[in-house]
Amino acid sequence: MPSLFGIAWKNIRRKRLRSLLTIIGIALSTWVLVSLLGFNQGYENSLNKDIDNLGFQVLLTAKGCPYEAATLMLKGGTGLKYMPQSIVDSVVANPQVDKVTPMLMHAVFDPNKGESGGITAFLGIDPTTYPKMKTYLEFQQGKWFDKPEALEAVFGYEAAELEQREIGNLYLLPEANVEVKVAGILKRSGTQDDGTIFLPIKTLQNVYKVNDKLTSIGIKVKKDTNLAAYEEQLYKLSDVQVVSMAQVKQTISNLVATARVMVMSIAIIAILIAMVGVMNTVLMSVLERWQEIGIMKSMGAMTSHIFKLIWFETILLTFVGGVIGSGMSWILAEVTDRLIRSVLPYSPTSALVQIDFLLVTKAIGIIMLIGLISGIYPAWKAAKIRPIEAIRSTDGEL
Amino acid sequence: MNKSKNPIIQAVDLKKVYIRGSEHIPAVDGITIEIKLGDYFAFVGPSGSGKTTLLHLLGCLDNPTDGTLKVANRTVYDKNKVMNERELTKLRRELFGYVFQKFYLIPTLTVRENILLPFAFYQKEESDKTANRLADLLGIGHRLNHLPKELSGGEMQRVAVARALINKPQILLADEPTGNLDSKRSKEISGIFKQLNQDEGITIILVTHNPLMAASAGKMVELKDGKLV
Repeated sequence: MPSLFGIAWKNIRRKRLRSLLTIIGIALSTWVLVSLLGFNQGYENSLNKDIDNLGFQVLLTAKGCPYEAATLMLKGGTGLKYMPQSIVDSVVANPQVDKVTPMLMHAVFDPNKGESGGITAFLGIDPTTYPKMKTYLEFQQGKWFDKPEALEAVFGYEAAELEQREIGNLYLLPEANVEVKVAGILKRSGTQDDGTIFLPIKTLQNVYKVNDKLTSIGIKVKKDTNLAAYEEQLYKLSDVQVVSMAQVKQTISNLVATARVMVMSIAIIAILIAMVGVMNTVLMSVLERWQEIGIMKSMGAMTSHIFKLIWFETILLTFVGGVIGSGMSWILAEVTDRLIRSVLPYSPTSALVQIDFLLVTKAIGIIMLIGLISGIYPAWKAAKIRPIEAIRSTDGEL
Repeated sequence: MNKSKNPIIQAVDLKKVYIRGSEHIPAVDGITIEIKLGDYFAFVGPSGSGKTTLLHLLGCLDNPTDGTLKVANRTVYDKNKVMNERELTKLRRELFGYVFQKFYLIPTLTVRENILLPFAFYQKEESDKTANRLADLLGIGHRLNHLPKELSGGEMQRVAVARALINKPQILLADEPTGNLDSKRSKEISGIFKQLNQDEGITIILVTHNPLMAASAGKMVELKDGKLV
């Protein structure tokens, strides 16, 4: 016995090309929608992860542009200017401070890098405090430095691959002509540390003659410390600027806000186009079947039956399109990630587009709701057909 | 055969006027007619005489402009009452089966599904059995799983007849049922109608230009300019 759903399904298959094109339209809209929702979710998570992986809540840098400082810091660098090492003592003196780690970023021109040379940056760290803050860092081979002034280096995973170094190899520090031994190679962490070459801070200061200078200090405060109040105290220190992680998040979020609005606008336009497409397809189908629908009403179909029949067709189209679009967005998440990354001023290291089952379910729900709304007019138009009008006419009229 | 003489349709001074701009065209002009259970009526007359309009009015597919129409003792239309669309739908389900010149089969459904189409809108028991019985009676039992495009014109009209009969109607209305068929198929359909009237006791009202079809009816009524001649 035929069911309304079965009749609707067979009708969609009647005009296959038209149905297929409509489904493609819905699928593309769903792809945009899911990717956008995945981006909104992924960017937030990824940024939080990057900032959490810094290991500290507050960064002190030498005075300069805070945006530049924030970007450099997330890219694995620190401030451009130096501050005196004595500031560390002032910071440690505060009882609210749990851990402190001084850092020195030093960049030099390496004539052997690439075809025509390039900049190599080294991060000088304190081997006693830095590993305690970056607890997620694990070694693939070796370990941190033996002594604070050891002529040793630890390579991030990618840095080791790029420089093709293994444990025990020597590495010539450019410009200084000093060789250091590779003491350890880190496992891949998915952060900027992967591309970093670490040296003991004292070694770096001695080799490049920047004694008693720092570029930044990472600070971790004790539990239950009022972070805002503590930052206020730090502002009193001269020649330094305070970069809090909350500020960094806010700054970067502001930078990408424009991109988000743009993508959201595109998604809304795509959805509106899909809505019009669905409405057009279903309305055309109703007009073509004007007489059939009239005959159904003469055979006992109520207004509600015809409304449901047309609505089922809309639901089927949007559901199939929604599922295909969601699948596409899942499969092509990496491509979308790269596309978005190419237009953003700053991108966190983890996946920008994070799509999960809940998100897909939500998106299909939204698309089906849009389909239902698009189906109202054609369904109402069909339900209002009087048998006699259909029998007399050859075609439906808008 | 049901030889009861209870009236099933009573029309008194029935009128249908079409308005085109300022012009009023009386398609049915004051027709009074009583149709009893088991009757077999054929409306004949030239094109534009109002026979199809009268069939639509008697079959509750269209509302009259004036007059009184009662079907199975229920008032469909008079000065004080006009049956609403919901009530009309129920009445059509219970009492009527319709056959049209153009068959109006759903091309995507099989013969069986087309016959059973009315039950997509309301359930009835033993519908499959009834469908098989009707298909056998109309000689299309071997075509149940075919699509309409695979049938001949005569077979398509038989499917339309089977669909009209699936709800066991008391009245079968047919508008030019042989209009698209050759003489051999017309004769077959004519025979089927006569059989349905005589053996199943179904009241039949048909509109036709076909003399053979009209001759098979028990009562032939001629219309001209919207009036009974």
